[in-house]
Amino acid sequence: MIKISKLIHDYIQRDEEGNPAGTVRAIDDVSLNVEPGQFIAILGHNGSGKSTLAKHINALLFPTEGTVWVNGMDTKDQSLLWDIRQTAGMVFQNPDNQIIGQVVEEDVGFGPENMGVPTEKIWERVEESLKAVGMLEYRKKSPNRLSGGQKQRVSIAGVIAMHPKCIVMDEPTAMLDPSGRADVISAARSLNIEENITIILITHFMEEAIQADHVFVMDNGKIAMQGSPREVFSRVEEMQALNLDVPQVTLLGHILRKEGLDIPEGILTKEELAEALAGNKESLL
Amino acid sequence: MFKDITIGQYYQTESLLHSLDPRVKIVGTLAYIISLFVVDSFAGYLVCALFLIVMIRLSNVPVGYIVRGMRAILILLLITMAFNLFLTPGETLVKFGFLKITKQGLAFAVKMAIRLSLLVIGSSLMTLTTTPNQLTDAIESLLNPLKRLRVPVHEIAMMMSIALRFIPILMEETDKIMKAQIARGADFESKNLIKKIQSLVPLLVPLFISAFRRANDLAMAMEARCYRGGAGRTKMKPLVYQGRDQGAYFILLAYFCICVALRLLPLPFLV
Ligand SMILES: Nc1ncnc2c1ncn2[C@@H]1O[C@H](COP(=O)(O)OP(=O)(O)OP(=O)(O)O)[C@@H](O)[C@H]1O
Ligand SMILES: [Mg+2]
Repeated sequence: MIKISKLIHDYIQRDEEGNPAGTVRAIDDVSLNVEPGQFIAILGHNGSGKSTLAKHINALLFPTEGTVWVNGMDTKDQSLLWDIRQTAGMVFQNPDNQIIGQVVEEDVGFGPENMGVPTEKIWERVEESLKAVGMLEYRKKSPNRLSGGQKQRVSIAGVIAMHPKCIVMDEPTAMLDPSGRADVISAARSLNIEENITIILITHFMEEAIQADHVFVMDNGKIAMQGSPREVFSRVEEMQALNLDVPQVTLLGHILRKEGLDIPEGILTKEELAEALAGNKESLL
Repeated sequence: MFKDITIGQYYQTESLLHSLDPRVKIVGTLAYIISLFVVDSFAGYLVCALFLIVMIRLSNVPVGYIVRGMRAILILLLITMAFNLFLTPGETLVKFGFLKITKQGLAFAVKMAIRLSLLVIGSSLMTLTTTPNQLTDAIESLLNPLKRLRVPVHEIAMMMSIALRFIPILMEETDKIMKAQIARGADFESKNLIKKIQSLVPLLVPLFISAFRRANDLAMAMEARCYRGGAGRTKMKPLVYQGRDQGAYFILLAYFCICVALRLLPLPFLV
């Protein structure tokens, strides 16, 4: 689905007169592979290059060196630009700054309008997309009247209406309250399972990464760790060295293990922890 | 502080006027404004006023709501009247010191007041019955012929609709910044003009920075959703004339002809 090979991205910094004054290497030799239908999580502390990477997948930025293929299309090929943006949709962090329409349904129709989809088909797409994120009853509302989580689900609907194969979400839950966050993540999850859309979720919330098929951890423009959530979160010390937390249950399991209890690394849920503790009954008594 | 201005706001209800094609309403409003300057007799204004009253009836917008909107222009109205009343030369009626009211001045001031009120009510009726979105769509469609002259019609309409979408967001933000600055001891209530202007700086600077950041984000979000200008774009809600829109154009034409006739025919009983 997405193949990135030896990607390097330099931002050019300019001084006051606008002359190039130096470069910032935001992505440094990243290679990765995402299979169709996967749910991917990307973690990393501030400034580690996550957003820059995301923008490459949507052809909003182009490689300084290396290559990005989206569904076999090289993002450097200008003639494929619109196909790539349609194949890989993008949801941004701030819901207010990505909703264009003044009515929910009109915003969802914006992408199909740009693609030149015939009018009746736009209506069909808008309806099915709003249904897919559970926002159909709000179709006539003004986006300004919605909660953050609802706005973000409208943004997702706006991307789904373009029938993408992959959606990149750049911290879609960063500005939301816990219940809005849960709604957005479950919408993303169901798109992944029911519509088989590849999801790439960039997040600061470790709990959201637990559900992923594969996790990439970025640091300083490089991929520092990767693997299944269990593999990645078992390496608590390494994660902490990268200034990242692990989910609270995982951390608790890790501490108990260091205290000498027989608990495996990489506990991801409360249930697992409870089970592991139950196995320790004797030594606890 | 913007709450009591009802001019230019959409009033949500169902009515014949609401359901008309927005292009009809724009053309109609323009024709109405011109007609106010075509007629110049009290009989003519009576026709204009009657036409407007019928339209208000057809719009289902409460009269009280419209009148309340008029309060915003009351001062403007009074100033215009005063100027006309005192500064028109002619037969003197009353004199207070150096100020004098002339017969012509009186007639002119009254006419001007009627004209201005009808104009404001007439144009606010358009915005009361048409959503901002429909308005921008209609403007885009009406200005379409200008595309041949390389006027960026689509871009202008898109800018208008984005501006409309962001006005409430920026207003909310202004409010937030204002509160934040007040909490830091800023004084927005000062009567002193210089202090007042100074107090705007810590308000406007963050507001502008945030507006630019939003603009940047929005441009990127639009590009990510394949926006590439008007070419090759389809519409979710294209404007299509219905039978009633043709009827409305016909009525407009008839009304306009009556106004022109009132001006041209030298009827002796008209003042
Ligand atoms: N437009 C830009 N111009 C110059 N440098 C930039 C630009 N955007 C990002 N950078 C730099 O590139 C690096 C990576 O930034 P990026 O936004 O990709 O990080 P991120 O992982 O998304 O961070 P965050 O968690 O804060 O969103 C940072 O050092 C940042 O300062
Ligand atoms: Mg980022």
